[in-house]
Amino acid sequence: MSKEKIVLCEDLADVMPPEYQELVESATFGDQDRGWKDIGSSKELIEQHSLCAGCPESIAFRYILASLPAPENTVFVGSTGCTSLVFPHVAVQNIHSLFGNQNAIASGLKRTLKSRFPDVEKDVVVLAGDGATVDIGLDMTMQSWFRQEKFTTICFDNELYANTGGQESGLMQKGFVAKMAPKGKNFEKVRLAEIAREAGCAYVAVLTVSKPNRVEQAIKNAVLVAREVGPTFVQLYTPCILEIGKQSMEGLDEMKDAESIGGRFVQKEYITDEAQKLLDSIKEETKARKKAAKAAK
Amino acid sequence: MNKQVELKNKGIVASKHVKLGQKNQKGQTYTDINDIFYKAEQTPNFLTGSEVIRAAIKVASVGTSVAYPITPQSEAAALIGELYAEGYVDEYFRGESEFAVMGQCAGAAFGGHRVFTTTAGPGTLRAMENFPMWAGSRLPIQVCVTCRGINSPLSIQPDTLEMHYLLETGMLVWHAETAQDLFDFILKGFIVAEQPDVHVPIAVCCDGFFVTHTKDTVDLPPDDICLTPYDPYRNPQPVMDMESAPIRMMRDPFVMKSNYISYATHASWQQEIKAAVERSRKHTIPLLDGLIDEENTDREILIVGSGTAVSQSREAIRLLEEEGIKVGLIKIKTIRPFPTEEIRRATKNAKHIFVPEFNLAGWLAREIKAILPDNERVYVGPHVAGGMTMPSEVIVEEIKKHLGMEVATRGTLG
Repeated sequence: MSKEKIVLCEDLADVMPPEYQELVESATFGDQDRGWKDIGSSKELIEQHSLCAGCPESIAFRYILASLPAPENTVFVGSTGCTSLVFPHVAVQNIHSLFGNQNAIASGLKRTLKSRFPDVEKDVVVLAGDGATVDIGLDMTMQSWFRQEKFTTICFDNELYANTGGQESGLMQKGFVAKMAPKGKNFEKVRLAEIAREAGCAYVAVLTVSKPNRVEQAIKNAVLVAREVGPTFVQLYTPCILEIGKQSMEGLDEMKDAESIGGRFVQKEYITDEAQKLLDSIKEETKARKKAAKAAK
Repeated sequence: MNKQVELKNKGIVASKHVKLGQKNQKGQTYTDINDIFYKAEQTPNFLTGSEVIRAAIKVASVGTSVAYPITPQSEAAALIGELYAEGYVDEYFRGESEFAVMGQCAGAAFGGHRVFTTTAGPGTLRAMENFPMWAGSRLPIQVCVTCRGINSPLSIQPDTLEMHYLLETGMLVWHAETAQDLFDFILKGFIVAEQPDVHVPIAVCCDGFFVTHTKDTVDLPPDDICLTPYDPYRNPQPVMDMESAPIRMMRDPFVMKSNYISYATHASWQQEIKAAVERSRKHTIPLLDGLIDEENTDREILIVGSGTAVSQSREAIRLLEEEGIKVGLIKIKTIRPFPTEEIRRATKNAKHIFVPEFNLAGWLAREIKAILPDNERVYVGPHVAGGMTMPSEVIVEEIKKHLGMEVATRGTLG
């Protein structure tokens, strides 16, 4: 879709919601260098959210939406959970269908968009919680990777079922006492990043959302590699402050602790040679483009 | 609801698709459904039901088909794979389970493709959560259900119990009696399901093995013509392709709210799906020549059935006729929408109504009982289940027994 497709009727322009006016007038559509720094000035893709105050998922949503290389040609696939409460606010087309089938939906969607629009790159991005990705949906998550489906899977890992009230999940830490794990979880946190690597993902990143530039880079890498090479996976720690007994202002500290040396979310990436080659060439192109733009000034 | 539609001068609206008359990559000419069935020359072919499914999909301009093995639909699903390899279907792959397959079909339909898949028995039940989601999302996907028993114990034999589970999914549910029905229903089903004022999924059901694995003579149109493609923009919902302006649906998702507006929103959407199914009647009646077929419905004894139970009933009626017992027949073609008014009218003079079924639940008899006045006229049976055949003699005996007539038993036969 291009920005030309969104035009406001002049007579009604003044009564349109401000975010819609922004979408029409100052959307970052088509801007190759869009990124997290636009968040303060451009809110066309998300403004409000309906999550708990201070929830790290809400900032993760902003970073991701700001980092998409081409939101005008991106379709999200969500799943049931806290994320499904935010998608109705997001001005990028998105699908919620069932709990856990997100990677199945995305497989059919991506292939169809490729078939219908052979000359346009339509990005498909799955965004789901850890219950949807690892527990109820692991089969479909992994099968889409086996099949080398060319889309990005993002998992908001809050290490439990948040929306239903804090039950044990596969990505929960061992020993954590939660609902449905009254004596503490008795097996290790599932090593999803390693599963993703072995299942055929060309790019895998694990990180928290404490640093927006890192999130931006991981999302851009994932989407661009998915276009050219194969499936990609990004696991983001978005702690459920409510269920782990933190205050609303403590989410950032929790993430910083988790990513420090020895923590569960020390940043890591697994990149295949082919994906690395692509990312290097994109980096070179971007550098050259920016240099040329600077020289032109 | 369930008002009878006047047939006179009504026909399904002819396709105005921009590609009408053009050729596809296989050299097939995109043709209006009316011309395919009523103008093109039909040639008899001797085919299995699975081959008939292949023949229908070859001329159906299908975008995506997702396959998964389960008896008795595996052969048909694999034959569609051959069509993909030959270039008649744009996308095709094997999913990992019926639950996943129906999700993959949904993804393809959200993206704007015409979608076809097949399943059976336990697969239908494993996929079940998807069907109301398809309907609620207004995805006109077609699933061909080749009915078989539902475990446990393990069974692969024909049984129509799974259709009972489909009745309240919000899908159109049609029941083919023969291979000819199957071919016609698949192509006509796409057209009805895709009408903008319908736009809900459709289950075209047939009795596994009896239809899929037996050979029958089927009249087919030439395969150098094909259905006009699905137009995803004739759709009550936005297509998920980012070709139209994205909208923020709401500030507070209804799922969060425990208030009357939230309940009313969900309730009205469910009502709209039911209404969409009802609206399909006006498109279905001209294409299928009515939702029911009638033979001698002025008689006092009637058999009402669907699927291959109708074929067995025809033979039973012939046997009864030899004994001087005159019986009429109603064949139900669409279970959803249910032909309420049609059945009421056709059974007006009947004193005894028999409903033979290939399942133990007797769901069709229950549906009929629910809509008829004086429903003590309805005799629930005969039933067979678990893969049994229903010999015409069984129907004959059951009718005679119920009417208090002497029935030849093994003893009396000597």
